[in-house]
Amino acid sequence: MYKITSKEEIAPDVFKYSIHAPLAVKNAKPGQFVIIIPKPSGERLPLTIYNAGKEDVTIIFQKVGHSTEILASMEVGESMEAVLGPLGRAAEIKKLGKVVCIGGGVGTAVLYPEIKALKEAGNTVYSIIGAREKSLLILEKEVSEYSDKVFITTDDGSYGEKGFVTDPLKKILEEEEVNEVIAIGPVIMMKVVSELTKKYNVHTVVSLNPVMVDGTGMCGGCRVEIDGKTKFACVDGPEFDGHQVNFTELMNRNRQYDEHRGEKCHAVGTGKN
Amino acid sequence: MMSIEEKSVMQLEQVKIREQDPKERNRNFNEVCLGYIEEEAIKEALRCIECGQCMKGCPVQINIPGFIHLIKEKKHEEAYKMIKETNSLPGVCGRVCPQETQCEILCPLGKKGQPVAIGKLERFVADHAIKTKVKENIKIKSNHIKIAVVGSGPAGLTCAGELAKKGYEVTIFESFHLSGGVLRYGIPEFRLPRKILDNEIDHIKHLGVKIINNVLIGKSLTLDDLKKDEFKAVFIAVGAGLPTFMNIPGENLNGVVSANEFLTRNNLMLAFSEESHTPIRAVSPVIVVGGGNVAMDSARSAKRLGAKEVIVVYRRTEKEMPARVEEVHHAMEEGIEFHFLTNPVEILGDDKGWIKEVKCIKMELGEPDESGRRRPVPIKDSEFTIKTNTLIMSIGQKPNPLISQSLPELETTKWGTIVANDDMMTSIEGVFAGGDIVTGAATVIAAMEMGRKAADGIEKWISKK
Repeated sequence: MYKITSKEEIAPDVFKYSIHAPLAVKNAKPGQFVIIIPKPSGERLPLTIYNAGKEDVTIIFQKVGHSTEILASMEVGESMEAVLGPLGRAAEIKKLGKVVCIGGGVGTAVLYPEIKALKEAGNTVYSIIGAREKSLLILEKEVSEYSDKVFITTDDGSYGEKGFVTDPLKKILEEEEVNEVIAIGPVIMMKVVSELTKKYNVHTVVSLNPVMVDGTGMCGGCRVEIDGKTKFACVDGPEFDGHQVNFTELMNRNRQYDEHRGEKCHAVGTGKN
Repeated sequence: MMSIEEKSVMQLEQVKIREQDPKERNRNFNEVCLGYIEEEAIKEALRCIECGQCMKGCPVQINIPGFIHLIKEKKHEEAYKMIKETNSLPGVCGRVCPQETQCEILCPLGKKGQPVAIGKLERFVADHAIKTKVKENIKIKSNHIKIAVVGSGPAGLTCAGELAKKGYEVTIFESFHLSGGVLRYGIPEFRLPRKILDNEIDHIKHLGVKIINNVLIGKSLTLDDLKKDEFKAVFIAVGAGLPTFMNIPGENLNGVVSANEFLTRNNLMLAFSEESHTPIRAVSPVIVVGGGNVAMDSARSAKRLGAKEVIVVYRRTEKEMPARVEEVHHAMEEGIEFHFLTNPVEILGDDKGWIKEVKCIKMELGEPDESGRRRPVPIKDSEFTIKTNTLIMSIGQKPNPLISQSLPELETTKWGTIVANDDMMTSIEGVFAGGDIVTGAATVIAAMEMGRKAADGIEKWISKK
């Protein structure tokens, strides 16, 4: 069970895995995620589904800390300790008209199934994908296949337009009527995009990735403030109205266990540190 | 030679149970209570006059005088089998059942002295069975009828075990990678060692019950999927695992966690061990809000993780605490402080979003409320603050809503519990429910009782079809 059936490093430290997990994909829809425990002593890692195959789930993740490093060290044929899914609410896919989809970094992997579904639902889809530099830009070909227009930005100008995803977005919002914006990527990117679209009064959907344990609504670790009310991203989300999200709080909360990133994690009590 | 009866009358006090020294145990996660050795168990058993009063208080009607009699005769294996007739989790129940309010409270010895230590004896029998590797010879003839059980907590395990004994082919679907439900993620190792739990789950598997982990019913598979897969009946036992917050300002600050999160990190994900990759924070001073067993478990776990100062803040007095007296007593021994008649009103943080202190208000007890306990009333202008780096919110758990949300036709109450009849059948034909999802957060043994009732209800329903 949970065997890795394919592995590919699609950008430096960005990996695409397919894992045999029939029950995690049977009822999976775009926008939902799985929780993976790489090894018996491992953490529960929430990862959004990139593709739900017949029996395999495909995920794309970036090596950013101890647990993703362990995950990245695993090879085809090895098995995960656990894969649970699909979790969270599915993305709402409707015919809206013109939708601008914005992906930042590995967020593009989360966005891709929605781009595809939105296009298939009959929308005009503009996609903006951004990365720090050329080598980190992922899924350009896949995104292009389902987009009417694709805009690419890199922070250093090594590929596409130099700048941030908000630059082409601003131009589009100035010139055309947009029915919805979907932004998935680093929290700061989703925050900036939401602030911009608010000025143009365009409904904006973001996908949040707070720290969580069980992923089924039981721990409350993933609570986020939406329109002044506390919601659990794992069961009420992960997608929310970007104009209602308290991003500052989310950024703070995501730092809660940061002292552990990249090192062996253990209890933090005054007795030990 | 004195008769058994004469001897028992003479012993007003229980045989003292050995425990780890509080100063030692508050730094490790090993079990607090060390249990009786055989000699002690027999001595304690001899106090029992076998009147059977206690059985009226047992939700699963264990033949208590019967098994105690067998201990007296050193027939521990037979005692074990006798308990197992009505209780599939004796090692668990001997440890976590509130005997003091169920069976032991009815013991006539308690009127003049201490009641017979029924729980400790049950535990002795269960542990003895593990030590001597008792194998039950169970011959079951399958009736090839498939039943699905959702959740592997006490209600689910019990229902599955009972149905398996009746010949049904039972599959339990569990969303976590490890089984046991609240026994696994909620109750800490120092109260219920994993090896005891594992052993009792293995016994249930030995009856032919299949457990499939990492399946969330309502998401991975729907009830319709189960029906298509020819499961004739479904028992929903998903528990009450939804954390409650107070809805006061500052609850989303870093360092504020639900008891569920804190305990799940530690108990299920084993954050306390060096090997585990799951992080946990218990930075002193730690404040635990609440007065139940979960609050005690959180406070005592925080202490064991190394927090120097752990303070329980509870809005009523010690007398009204819903936690077991034994647990409160253990917590106090271990150096946990208690601030009674105190209630948080606001959590204050620093400019980086971390908790700094909690503002509390003093309370006094007013008139009794619906629960019969005197209602805590805030005292005007009595606010004060306590410095803290970690706050664990432990004010109760609500029913898990996922299944009900995926089944609009399932009748629920305004508290989110599922409505079930005497046979534990819900508003949907063939769908049964029991445990905390029906009653709201209650005890392990109450959940087990409903598991048994549901097993009978399912059989009754199937035989009528």
